[in-house]
Amino acid sequence: MDFTFTEEQTMMAAALRELATDLCTPAVLRQRFEGAEGGAEERWQRLAELGLFGVLAPLAAGGMGLTDADFVLLAEEAGRAALPEPFAEQAAVALPVLARCGADREVADLLPRLASGTARIAVAHPRNPLVNVPPSPTHWLLCSQGRLALATADGVQAVERSSVDAGRRIVEVSAAGEAGRALAQGTRADALGAEVLARGAIYAAAQCLGLTARMLDIASSYVRERNQFGRPVGSYQAVKHHLASVAVKLEFARPVVYAAATCAAGTDPGSLAAASHAKLAATDAAELAARTAIQVHGAMGYSWELDLHFYMKRAWALSGAWGDRSFHARRMQRLLLEGALPLGPDHTFAFSA
Amino acid sequence: MALDLAYTPAQQRFRSEVRDWLAAHVPQAPLATLESEAGFAQHREWERTLAMGNYGMITWPAEYGGRGANLIDWLIFEEEYYRARAPLRVNQNGIFLLGPTLMEFGTAAQKARYLPKMAAGEEIWAQAWSEPQAGSDLAALRATAVRDGDSYVLRGHKIWSSRAAFADWAFGIFRTDPASERHRGLTFMLVPLRHPGVRVRGIRQIHGEPGFAEIFFEDARVPLDHRLGDEGQGWHIAMATAGFERGLMLRSPARFQVAAQRLIDLWRSHGAEADPALLGRVAQGWMDAQAYALNTYRTASRLMAGGSIGVEASLNKIFWSELDLDLHRTAMSLLGARAELVSAGAPGPADDWLEGFLFSLAGPIYAGTNEIQRNVIAERLLELPRA
Ligand SMILES: Cc1cc2nc3c(=O)[nH]c(=O)nc-3n(C[C@H](O)[C@H](O)[C@H](O)COP(=O)(O)OP(=O)(O)OC[C@H]3O[C@@H](n4cnc5c(N)ncnc54)[C@H](O)[C@@H]3O)c2cc1C
Repeated sequence: MDFTFTEEQTMMAAALRELATDLCTPAVLRQRFEGAEGGAEERWQRLAELGLFGVLAPLAAGGMGLTDADFVLLAEEAGRAALPEPFAEQAAVALPVLARCGADREVADLLPRLASGTARIAVAHPRNPLVNVPPSPTHWLLCSQGRLALATADGVQAVERSSVDAGRRIVEVSAAGEAGRALAQGTRADALGAEVLARGAIYAAAQCLGLTARMLDIASSYVRERNQFGRPVGSYQAVKHHLASVAVKLEFARPVVYAAATCAAGTDPGSLAAASHAKLAATDAAELAARTAIQVHGAMGYSWELDLHFYMKRAWALSGAWGDRSFHARRMQRLLLEGALPLGPDHTFAFSA
Repeated sequence: MALDLAYTPAQQRFRSEVRDWLAAHVPQAPLATLESEAGFAQHREWERTLAMGNYGMITWPAEYGGRGANLIDWLIFEEEYYRARAPLRVNQNGIFLLGPTLMEFGTAAQKARYLPKMAAGEEIWAQAWSEPQAGSDLAALRATAVRDGDSYVLRGHKIWSSRAAFADWAFGIFRTDPASERHRGLTFMLVPLRHPGVRVRGIRQIHGEPGFAEIFFEDARVPLDHRLGDEGQGWHIAMATAGFERGLMLRSPARFQVAAQRLIDLWRSHGAEADPALLGRVAQGWMDAQAYALNTYRTASRLMAGGSIGVEASLNKIFWSELDLDLHRTAMSLLGARAELVSAGAPGPADDWLEGFLFSLAGPIYAGTNEIQRNVIAERLLELPRA
């Protein structure tokens, strides 16, 4: 039992933070929001150079062969920067699930290319109807009831949609249940689809932690500088207490997401509860952060000119992605009442690690 | 490997050892309330039983009555303790707050004198910080301890001291320099409560029992070795004690996990007739208790790796106190028309939601109000300017 991260784990996250400080600045996000490409290709290349697409890929596929405990801080950093590209979807949702279908020739060939970032995959799931696509996608992973399929980019019909979060490029897939070639069917496909959903939810949650921290930083620096009535507005208690409440939410969402990452592959009741809990706790924190951050900025917070809205909009978008609040809240309620989830103080870690 | 969330075989063995011992020793019938003389005596007796099993305070070194256990073992012990519905710890101020403070600031003689009796439940401690004019603003305190030869002479009025009505000792801070102001000139003192010049008067709490007391010091003389640390060091030591209180030990996650589990049971029996929105609150209560447990393991791991608790203590204190309030407010809503009845839940004091509800209202007040904790978070963690 050890609930701390190693130095290697935090250093890998620091490397991503550095990358984002260079290549995913608010100025870059602004370009994306104005419709430009905003350096997407270069970011993808740099992520690939750092080997980050291969963190969870098996060594045999040229990956690092690490675990979700090693990945979760990376997703948090991606959130802090509001990284537009579906980095977590490729590296930590599609790749580990495809690795379970490694007996398939096409998949076996694809894994090293996903790990190196030369192949780029988008992931569709009924609980994630609006798909964030990578720049120049090559493949699709399609989950539908009783079917898990792999398709090439041109084999899928997708319609572009515009989101309040114009940082990402999203599409909606039609007829996902017929496209591509089935890798698994029936209950096996559903189990793999459940893992895709859990992973999507957990890494969306991890990104929400980073977004929350970022919004709290932006808001705290603003209220330290902005003066009204002759002193910084951050010295007023109403403002302090709003922001302190965000800090509390963030502190207690973190361990929930970290714990969920350790059972990202599990489909037992404890693991499902952990994933839903993570999604709910982190999106609640991010939504409170967004709501609070805009308030303490006054009218400035309502302006396009301020960078804050890039992060707020990502938080809103992720809150509906990979199972929205209603889905996860109802699943959690069901698990708590059905009796399959062991309850009580001796069952804090009632999930398959 | 880090972020390793599985118990070791040794930890699992320890859990079953604790479970077996508690199953054999926890009193069958609930004890009388701590807030009566008879109940206090029963709780003392239970502490002796715990000490005989060497479970008084397992994280302490063996020489002081502990087992040298680490914080993960302590959490396991607490989980089993609440799972077994064992009695409240009458000596919690001693073992959770003064104990760690003594280990850090006490002389060898003081540790040997006080710790074993604390772990054995032979001496029960109360905290005496607050004064009528010094609550949130503790540095406004006026009680004095003036040195006179080989003793200190104590004068002043402390109030809201939990358990002091029946306790043996109190610890608190006093002005050794009567001319001093605010945080300076304060000294940490250990004071016997049944002692000439010390008068204790119980104060009835909202439920009617004398759960706390006021303490009048009328030229009470105590020897110099009743001082902990140096003269003038009192504020610094008191803040360390308060950190222990808000930080890890005061409120075990297991306490709320049990309450959340009971709340789910309450939904099972009352849900059919209830406002469906209450189910969302029941589930939220379980999730928040779970989050608090996970975060406590995270804090324990960090401390074991050589880290410390700073402003996290304030984050913690807000979270558990608001969680406790939410759990009990939800239960009261589920109980509906019968919520006002004393013992409206299932029989037995452990299932008395009303009593728990009343006590949960105190959580955001004691151990430093939540308003003060939010100020601390804003100023120390978010680095916002002081007013
Ligand atoms: C059940 C219970 C047990 C207790 N046990 C003990 C004990 O064992 N030993 C002991 O010494 N004390 C004990 N206390 C007392 C407790 O520590 C104090 O109640 C607490 O510190 C608040 O002080 P106060 O009651 O004087 O409230 P006040 O300080 O008068 O506060 C009144 C209100 O004003 C707010 N307020 C005050 N200052 C500020 C500020 N700067 N910014 C924003 N809001 C502010 C407070 O948050 C509160 O809402 C206990 C209290 C309770 C309820």
